[in-house]
Amino acid sequence: MMAWLFAKRSNALTMWHIQITLHAAYGTNDRGRMDQQIRMELSEARGEEADHLRLVGALTVNTVSQLYPRLRQLEPDHHTLIDLAAVERMDTAGAWVLCDLETRLLGHGRTLELRNASEETILLLESVRRAMPVKTEPVISARGLVAFLEKIGRAVASGTAFLVELTAYLGQFFDRLARMIRHPHEFRLTALVAHAEDVGLRAVPIVALMAFLIGVVLAFQGSAQLQQFGAEVFVVDLIAISILRELGIFLTAIIVAGRTASAFTAAIGSMKMREEIDAMRTLGLDPATVLFLPRILALLLMLPILGLIANLMGLLGGALMAWIDLGISPSMFRTRLIEGTDVSHVFVGLVKAPFFALIIGVVGCHAGMQVKGNAESLGRMTSNAVVTAIFAVIVADAMFSIFFAQIGL
Amino acid sequence: MKDNTTAEVIIRVRGLKNQFGSHVVHENLDLDVCRGEILGVVGGSGTGKSVLLRSIIGLQKPTSGSIEVFGIDVLADAEAARDTLDERWGVMFQDGALFSSLTVRENVEVPMRAIQGLAPTLRRELADLKISMVGLEYLAGDKYPSELSGGMRKRAGLARALALDPEIVFLDEPTAGLDPIGAAAFDDLIRNLSRSLGLTVFLVTHDLDTLHAICDRIAVLADRKVLATGTLEDMLGVDDPWVREYFHGPRARAAFKPSSPDVASGEDP
Repeated sequence: MMAWLFAKRSNALTMWHIQITLHAAYGTNDRGRMDQQIRMELSEARGEEADHLRLVGALTVNTVSQLYPRLRQLEPDHHTLIDLAAVERMDTAGAWVLCDLETRLLGHGRTLELRNASEETILLLESVRRAMPVKTEPVISARGLVAFLEKIGRAVASGTAFLVELTAYLGQFFDRLARMIRHPHEFRLTALVAHAEDVGLRAVPIVALMAFLIGVVLAFQGSAQLQQFGAEVFVVDLIAISILRELGIFLTAIIVAGRTASAFTAAIGSMKMREEIDAMRTLGLDPATVLFLPRILALLLMLPILGLIANLMGLLGGALMAWIDLGISPSMFRTRLIEGTDVSHVFVGLVKAPFFALIIGVVGCHAGMQVKGNAESLGRMTSNAVVTAIFAVIVADAMFSIFFAQIGL
Repeated sequence: MKDNTTAEVIIRVRGLKNQFGSHVVHENLDLDVCRGEILGVVGGSGTGKSVLLRSIIGLQKPTSGSIEVFGIDVLADAEAARDTLDERWGVMFQDGALFSSLTVRENVEVPMRAIQGLAPTLRRELADLKISMVGLEYLAGDKYPSELSGGMRKRAGLARALALDPEIVFLDEPTAGLDPIGAAAFDDLIRNLSRSLGLTVFLVTHDLDTLHAICDRIAVLADRKVLATGTLEDMLGVDDPWVREYFHGPRARAAFKPSSPDVASGEDP
């Protein structure tokens, strides 16, 4: 290998010097940090074939940024000769600068000759030269209208595929539910109870407080408006209809979506990450039966109960505020509630609960199964699950509103 | 083989004690690492190989004892002195420990950002060089760690450890989880880099092939201390049940037997 030629001395040089000095920022440790300096002496041999340079000092990562621009300025159509006798230390960064120069010179059919390099330096230069990166252009994705349309198309396709997958998970849930009814002994009651506690009982305080405050807010805002018409007593109807029909179950579903969909995704996703799901399959356990069924079933049972609690607490909050703010006594509130509000409102509200529960459960379990082998995807899928579940609950609620309006309930 | 009595000692561990609750991991542990050597640390599971490594690089505060690297007391000296150590050593963690939000190239650039006046374009070029030196292709620099295989992540981790041309690299189980071909390639890589860059390598390993192929010296951790140090030949003569089991077991015989003559002749030019 004749890459590093050690040339004979040339004579009759017209000398000029460029000095580059980078002062040490710290000079305390045992290496003395003399390696913070590099000096390049450029001896131009006019009329001859080669540029002659002499490097003095340390050629390291700390100094290359001083040397590199200078070497860049060299004419690449001259043969170049560099004397390394006075280089105290060289590291890979320094060697790279020389190799980079050589690459450029070779591109112009010229050579770089290095003289008086120590044995270690030659070794270093050789290994850096062997490792010089060969730059390959990355595949640049197309831009413009076509790419834009393609992106939209892909988004629509993946959205559709997502909906299809969700439907498949829903179908799987019903299938396992049916099998469980046929073979009740296969059912895991302990898991169901544990999940019901987690999903239902533990959510009671937050749901109750939320509903109570919503009732208070409704009564307060409603009374402020209705007082202008002297129609304070209608605040009871306002609270009752809005809470029983819409807000009670809807806001409960939103809270449960944030609380439980993320918990399902995190639990199933971390099992997926640690290959527990794969282990289950090889042991003949069906993830849908073992993991999805108890979770979604627990949610299906618990969400209506939570919705009922929310309704009660919302009415309680509303009644309290109506009493304080408008002087509507609790007994008057009760009479007005029973006379003015049809029980169908409760039915219209609570009938939505199982649908919301299915949406939240299926979205949570599906997102958990999409987790890949790393922690980032677990985090991403968990937040995806919450966003998707809340969005889907809102969409479903809107559809229910239209449906009930159409059938005149 | 190097003569350890004359070689410069750059890591000096004396009387190290590490204790977690009532569980004593190290007690009275002494260890020297000389400049330019490749030291392999072996020991059974739970003998505190990784704890020793973490103690030396200052991630684990020992209960007592002293650790000097380049004559700087890792435990006691002023922070300013210890800060200079960070650019003189590089650490490769078991799974590379790459920053997941950065590409491989950006990962390698992280230590270089500490160099004042290093232009971003030049930094990028140098990062590309390191990536290529550890045997990754150029386009791997644009990838994120999650897009890489385990072996590639280890290589990228090594590239980051080598970013500032450290004098010592610490490798935690460099070949664990690699297939035999990948592991052999990684062994070669470490040996070549160590020879051409004059690196001192401190590696924790379970891999008998690695010990055989690249380590100048081996330190055996057992009974809370360094039970024996020396070359592979020295280890074969150590009279300790665990050491004998380890170096004379069926796996050891398989690892040491077939290629021993070649390596022995190849090592002495």
